Amino acid sequence: MEDKRYDLAIIGAGPAGMAAASSAAGFGLRCLVIDEQPRPGGQIYRDTGHSPLANPDLLGPDYREGEVLAAEFGKAQMEYLSGAAVWHVDADGVVGLSREGRAWSVAARYILVATGAMERPCPIPGWTLPGVMTAGAGQILLKTSAMIPDGPIVLAGSGPLLFLVAWQYLNAGAEIVGFVETTSRANYLSALPFLPKALGAAEYLFKGLGYMKALRKARVPVFKGVADLRVEGDSKLEAISFSVGGKNKRIGCDTLLLHQGVVPNVQITRALGCEHIWDIRQVCWRPRLDDWGRTDSEKIYVAGDGGGIGGAAVAQIQGRLATLEIARHLNIIETAERDRLAAPHRVAMARHLRIRPFLDLLYRPTEVMRCPSDETIVCRCEEVTAGDIRSMVRMGCLGPNQTKSFGRPGMGPCQGRLCGLTVSEVIAAERGLPTAEVGYYRIRPPIKPITLGELAAFDAPEGKQK
Amino acid sequence: MHADAVVIGAGIHGCSAALHLGRAGISSIVLEQAYPGRHASGVNAGGVRRLGRHPAEIPLSVAAMGFWLNMEDFLGQDCGFRRTGQVKVAEDESEMERLRQRVAQLRSLGFTHEEIIDQDELKHLVPAVSGHCVGAIVCRDDGYALPFQTVTAFRKGAEAAGAQFKAGCRVDKLVRRGSIWQVQTSRLMIEAPILVNCSGAWAGGIAEQLDEPVPVSVEAPMLMISERVAPFCNPVVGATGRPLSFKQFENGTVLIGGGHRGQADPARQETQLDMGGLAFSARTAQEIFPCMRNVRVLRCWAGIEAVMPDGIPVIGPSAKFPDTFHAFGFSAHGFQLGPITGQIIAHLAVQSETSLPIEAFSIGRFLE
Repeated sequence: MEDKRYDLAIIGAGPAGMAAASSAAGFGLRCLVIDEQPRPGGQIYRDTGHSPLANPDLLGPDYREGEVLAAEFGKAQMEYLSGAAVWHVDADGVVGLSREGRAWSVAARYILVATGAMERPCPIPGWTLPGVMTAGAGQILLKTSAMIPDGPIVLAGSGPLLFLVAWQYLNAGAEIVGFVETTSRANYLSALPFLPKALGAAEYLFKGLGYMKALRKARVPVFKGVADLRVEGDSKLEAISFSVGGKNKRIGCDTLLLHQGVVPNVQITRALGCEHIWDIRQVCWRPRLDDWGRTDSEKIYVAGDGGGIGGAAVAQIQGRLATLEIARHLNIIETAERDRLAAPHRVAMARHLRIRPFLDLLYRPTEVMRCPSDETIVCRCEEVTAGDIRSMVRMGCLGPNQTKSFGRPGMGPCQGRLCGLTVSEVIAAERGLPTAEVGYYRIRPPIKPITLGELAAFDAPEGKQK
Repeated sequence: MHADAVVIGAGIHGCSAALHLGRAGISSIVLEQAYPGRHASGVNAGGVRRLGRHPAEIPLSVAAMGFWLNMEDFLGQDCGFRRTGQVKVAEDESEMERLRQRVAQLRSLGFTHEEIIDQDELKHLVPAVSGHCVGAIVCRDDGYALPFQTVTAFRKGAEAAGAQFKAGCRVDKLVRRGSIWQVQTSRLMIEAPILVNCSGAWAGGIAEQLDEPVPVSVEAPMLMISERVAPFCNPVVGATGRPLSFKQFENGTVLIGGGHRGQADPARQETQLDMGGLAFSARTAQEIFPCMRNVRVLRCWAGIEAVMPDGIPVIGPSAKFPDTFHAFGFSAHGFQLGPITGQIIAHLAVQSETSLPIEAFSIGRFLE
């Protein structure tokens, strides 16, 4: 019987997915790329080549790099399904899709999960008030709609993206009335020993210094080493308050952009039941992968930030490495050829990764952001506070899955994306155990919400081929 | 460790057995391989129904209803029980005829809890139901409860009555020493004269160790739950000609189940879902409730259930050993029976008899 399966289904058309698809096409693989957005690029290169901005250069040179990758992707021989959500994946390579109200499934011999990162939740008192959003969301507004919020804006938290967005917002003419950094002095000390290694990828450092200089030049009030972040307002954001150097500060604003780094989006690998590791340095979960990105499930590979945060350049390389290994399994190349082709990629990847220990330690989230005060809402969908989670533990709740039964965190429309990390960490701290031992939510399908009508119209694959 | 009784399995039946035993002055240790309520008991649809039960189960189900209606007095909390009624709709005249015969059969047996209603009354009770439904059976005192909350309440009740729970404790071996059971587990050794097998999908293995193997199969009934929507449906709704279980909780979420099975892996304590089966349930739900079309499904899951070939459980004494009892194989409809199962086990352990008819559930029916 003819095998009608795709050789490779790639989920996500960001840097990792685009690079993987281009390489796969080069090997003549029958490849399908599935992405939720109308155009390729992922979050970092969102709408690359189609920016609605009169001058896309204000987003910086990194963003323009996406055009090269997207052009290569555009020329590659493969099927590309934009605007499609993946709501189910199984270990045999069947992918459930929905697009424009229709649901169906496709089968592939290998699957590459290239779903990237998501922003780490920033649970502080009042973060659910209108007017508060993540820095990433603020950036998407600029990339896809050429919009910045009206009125005074404050950026708060930590991490490279917070600086980048501030710089992009300044370029776009935003009224930034405060840049509030939670990075502690202790982080500088713990990161310092990794500075020499980071100099091996000095372009990242220079970029960061450039953003800081621009903030100073624009006379944006910058506060460093702040604590006790809190959003003030009754029905909407009115101000952000915090303490710095023993004094309390309050800055009135209409928009607050919060950020404290990104973490792997592990919804799909979790739903597949792949083994995950608690990454102590990056303070997040990541799937256990081999050198080629393969998970403990034979047909499932991961490339890009979804396997651990490495950034866009590393993601592209990982996409190409995974494709090499898949081409080898499909008997398109020999092992020696795979290794020969991989060698320059591995050198480049090692160089880009030199910056990571420094960045990871410098921008390590503060304890209170990881395990917020009792009053702080953790699960936004079901309005469950950190105090609620702690009292569940006192009632005998051992892990995140049981909290669902005790009080519904993680059971709303975001399917646990925004509270999963915090719930695991709060339980671990309360029980005095490592987070790895407490575990994470069991992620069940649909991976993305699907309407009952779409599910009702779903035709299951007939006689799955193994 | 010693106790009067060792109960294997901390689901609804094991917790209820420990509770009733404790209140009768019999101490117990409850062994649970995962944590209490982890499997079928904690993740089922929560239906509390007498509606549609096998005739042999009706006396037990009616007696269990006495507990559900007075749960506050019995356990100090309501377990989320809501007396919303349960409705089973007929989608055409031939199904309606089947329902009429069913109610007539129950009347002849002396039961009046199931009642036929016509299309007007159905529309009144469930305004959102599709116009093609011609009538229904209603069981007005039935309803639903919150499964995990219920298991937790029974566990706490049992603990208050002196039972000890050992979570993360898998039974490896049963050894008979005179009139005492020695239970070797993954981390403890327990000794007790009384043994109760309430281990659900894993009960077949225990029965085999007791030298009374039974043809129990393991299934994974699937459920799905929606986002919150404005209240539109009060009773729990089922269908006659095809499997469906449909209810809207007070928080607005809608739970849909109905017969279709995923794959159960009892050794790893995991399930795999069959999306085709879920699509079938979604079609049924949408046809009976057209207003559900654009409501988003947020999560699907499956429990791991023990199913007997005749679809009714094993409840009663062991055929091989004294002071040894079974309560398993509830075939995906045991939740409502939980409160009474424990009482039956306690009565059997204390006075060697129960006033309820349990002959039909004897393990002997599967032994030569």
